[in-house]
Formats: sequence, C-alpha cells, structure tokens
Amino acid sequence: MKLPIYLDYSATTPVDPRVAEKMIPYLCEHFGNPASRSHAFGWKAEEAVEQARANVAALVNCDPKEIVWTSGATESINLALKGAAEFYKTKGKHLITVKTEHKATLDTVRELERRGFEATYLDVRSDGLIDMQQLEAAFRPDTILVSVMFVNNEIGVIQDIPAIGELCRSKGVLFHVDSAQATGKCPIDLAALKVDLMSFSAHKTYGPKGVGALYIRRKPRVRLEAQIHGGGHERGFRSGTLATHQIVGMGEAFRIARQEMAVENNRIRALRDRLLKGMQEIEEVFVNGDLDRRVPHNLNISFNFVEGESLIMAVKDIAVSSGSACTSASLEPSYVLRALGRSDELAHSSIRFTLGRFNSEAEVDYTVDHLKAKVAKLREMSPLWEMYKDGVDLDSVQWAAH
Amino acid sequence: MAYSDKVIDHYENPRNVGAFDKNEEGVGTGMVGAPACGDVMKLQIRVGKDGVIEDARFKTYGCGSAIASSSLVTEWVKGKTVDEAATIKNTQIAEELSLPPVKIHCSILAEDAIKAAVADYRKRYGEAQQATEAKAVNE
Repeated sequence: MKLPIYLDYSATTPVDPRVAEKMIPYLCEHFGNPASRSHAFGWKAEEAVEQARANVAALVNCDPKEIVWTSGATESINLALKGAAEFYKTKGKHLITVKTEHKATLDTVRELERRGFEATYLDVRSDGLIDMQQLEAAFRPDTILVSVMFVNNEIGVIQDIPAIGELCRSKGVLFHVDSAQATGKCPIDLAALKVDLMSFSAHKTYGPKGVGALYIRRKPRVRLEAQIHGGGHERGFRSGTLATHQIVGMGEAFRIARQEMAVENNRIRALRDRLLKGMQEIEEVFVNGDLDRRVPHNLNISFNFVEGESLIMAVKDIAVSSGSACTSASLEPSYVLRALGRSDELAHSSIRFTLGRFNSEAEVDYTVDHLKAKVAKLREMSPLWEMYKDGVDLDSVQWAAH
Repeated sequence: MAYSDKVIDHYENPRNVGAFDKNEEGVGTGMVGAPACGDVMKLQIRVGKDGVIEDARFKTYGCGSAIASSSLVTEWVKGKTVDEAATIKNTQIAEELSLPPVKIHCSILAEDAIKAAVADYRKRYGEAQQATEAKAVNE
C-alpha cells in the first residue's frame, strides 16, 4: 500500500491509464484541427471528436447533436445560465437555484443578479434535499430558469431530478442540472428526464482536466446566447478550436464509465460502508446528509470537538478535504453544512471522504485505524472534549466570539 | 496550505498538553475563543509564592497554527513572572512560528489566553496577596 492514500475523488480523479493511452496519439500524430475540412488531418481529428461526442451522449442517453464541448463544468454552467437568461430575458427575469449549489452556479447567478435578473436561493432540508413544496412555492409568473445540481459535491446527496423536471416542464420553465459529480455515479437518462440543459466535467470521471460538455435539448428546442464568440464552432454555441486530445479523453472516460459503473459502484459502496462502520466506532461522529439518497462514493462526517483543519493536518497520510473551508483560507465553515442546519461547531469539524476507482479495502482499513488514533489524540488536546466529558453543556457556556 | 517547520513541530509534539485543577493553589485559568469560530484555547499557569510561573498547561480546539501557538506560549511563560508573561505580544508568537497572514488570529488568541490566565490568577490571589502586603506595611 502506497502512502498517502487518495480519498478526495470528488475534488478530481486520476486519469484512467486507458484514457491517457487513447489521448496520446492525438497530440503528436493525429494533431489536425477538427475544423479543417480540406484534408485528412482534419478529417481524422473530426472523426475522433464525433466518436467522443457519441460516447458522452451514450452515457446520458441523448442525441450526440445535443452535446457541446466546453472547457469544463464551470464553463458549461456559465454558458447554460447566462446563455439562457440572456436569450429568454424578454420572457422573464426570475431564476431559482439552491443554497447548497457549487460556486460555479452560485457565482454565476450572482452575476446575473448584477445584470438585473432576480434570484431565489432555496433552502434544503436537514438531509440536504430540496423540499418540493418550497420549490413549487418559489415559482413566479416571470420565472425562466431553475438550476439544481444532480449530486452535491460536499455531501454526495442526489436531488430528485425527475420530480423537479416534471414540475419545471409543467410550469414551462427551463431546467438546468449540474451533473459534474453525477456521471459514472448514478444513471442519467435524458430521454426520460425533463431536463433542458445539463453540465458535465471530464476530470471527475477519470478523464482529463480542462474539458467538459453542455447538453442542450433539441426537442423541445432550447436556445442560448453564446458567451464565447469566434469561429462559430459547435454550431455557434461555443467558438474556439476544439481540444481534440482532451475531448478524446472525455469520450473514452465516459465510455468506460457507462460500461463499468454498475459493477464499480457496488464495489465502492462496499468500501464506503466499511469506512462508515469503522468511523461509527468513534464516539460523537455525525454523518452529514442523507445516507440513502447519496452516491456510494461519498462520506461526509463531523467529528465533534475536533477542528477539521487540524484533523486533516493530523491525517497527513490520507488525502481528504475539510468541509470547513479553512483550507481555502476563508476561515468560514462550509456553507453547505450550514445550509443543512448543522451548528458551526459541527460544520468546523467535518471531513469529506470520497472514494473511487483505485481505492482498496486495505486503504480503507488503514484510514479507519489512522483516524481513530488521531481523533483520540486531538480530543485529548481539546478543551471542548474535556468539558463534554465533564458533563458541561457547551451551549450554555458564554463564549467570547472573536 | 504549507505550514512552517516550527508549527509542524509544535503540532506534532505539543508541549505541556493537559490541565491543572483550577482550584489548586496558585493556578490561573484562561479560556478564550468560541467553538463557532473554530478556535477555543484553555491556558493554565501555576504560579509559585515568588510570583514566578513554575508550570503551564494548555488544551486547544483549533487548527494546527492555533495548537502550535498555544504550545509555544506555555513554553515561553515558564520562568517568567506574572507581569512579564502578560507582556507577551501576538507579533512575537506570529514571528516565531512564521504564521501566514490568514493565521495571525491564532497568535492573537494565544496572547489573549495568557492575559486571561493572568487575570484569573490575579483575581484569585492578587487581592489576597495585596492585602497581605498592605497588612505587612501597616505593621
């Protein structure tokens, strides 16, 4: 077993060696511009791009013509939200999204608010899921777009996309879904879902960084205002020379995901359950987010009375991330955990474990033992743990907030 | 975030972790911070009859820099008089540990913890001591 152990697959995944192998010939050998129509170099590249497009479309059961290449999920989300809002602004100016969305969505909606649109940010229940009645109540006559993530990046919960889609369609409102964390983790059937726009990333599903895609429904047709102008590539939705090797990588990664996800998810669920069982042997641990409506890869746990950043520092043999955003230098606890109604203490004490294709049982066992020892050591050092053990109610203490 | 070697050393081998009985003779206890902010420091000093700090203990809930800051100050206060200890500045702590700007609040908290422990000691023993001294002068 090699240290450190990587348990941060929701941050990014390694490129599958099979994917890398497919990409390499498109750097030096088949380097043509897929937009070159006049010679074999271009044709070869175009063929590869279209094969990749078909592979991406197959994973999510849509027409390849509905897939537009982008630089990643952030760009896809920007194109979907800004593009739709700008195109349909004469129809209305109200957008609906959720407080636990990724920043790519939240910051884009904020930008649209600066441009004169209005937005509703829905709360979630304590299990991390949207309350459908609250969503229904948020619609206004001038609502043009709803944006919800399929799978949450921090707590891994799966929103009820079929039900939200039905609701949006019945109201005649466009529905965008951020699926960056969903591909290869849960089945996606765009022929059945009432989804108009869907964003994808390659690097969360064993493909390369720097490439993604946007699904844009053709029936009923969804129109967008382009955000990047140039040569009119991708039917005018997104100009710029296509990154053939990256696209080939994403196509191969999604092809493998489609082929292997059923078996792989069972294996990963078993690992996750083993990890959870080990962690539950520690006192005062809390799982954040619903455990059933969740991808098998994710375990987000709060270790009460231990501060998350110091725990991450203590478990340096294990690559995990903290729900508490200290690591991103903002010192604010996770806004996702706060939206669940978790106390600041528990939000400060959380760790996200995300498992993936290359984790083993031995790695999970090592992680459990390591965590047990480090949590015990830090609690020995924690004045809160001491007070808890002495029976002091921490909520009754008059803290000097700073 | 990359930590300095000194932070890592104090974090991995914290000095003087533990607790005194807060009612023990000569012990002053300071607790600062709040769980909601992600840092709580408890610092204790045990002061001898000569007014010199004989020993110190800490417990800290917080990031690596907060733990290192409190570990460092327990080393620094030992052998100092109560008055000297109260003059330790957060800038000295931050400099010694090479704390990045985002972690300066950890050193401020450590300074506050010393001041709180000294204040608690003075509250418990200072007045009695002053009373004894005053009595001695009168006699």
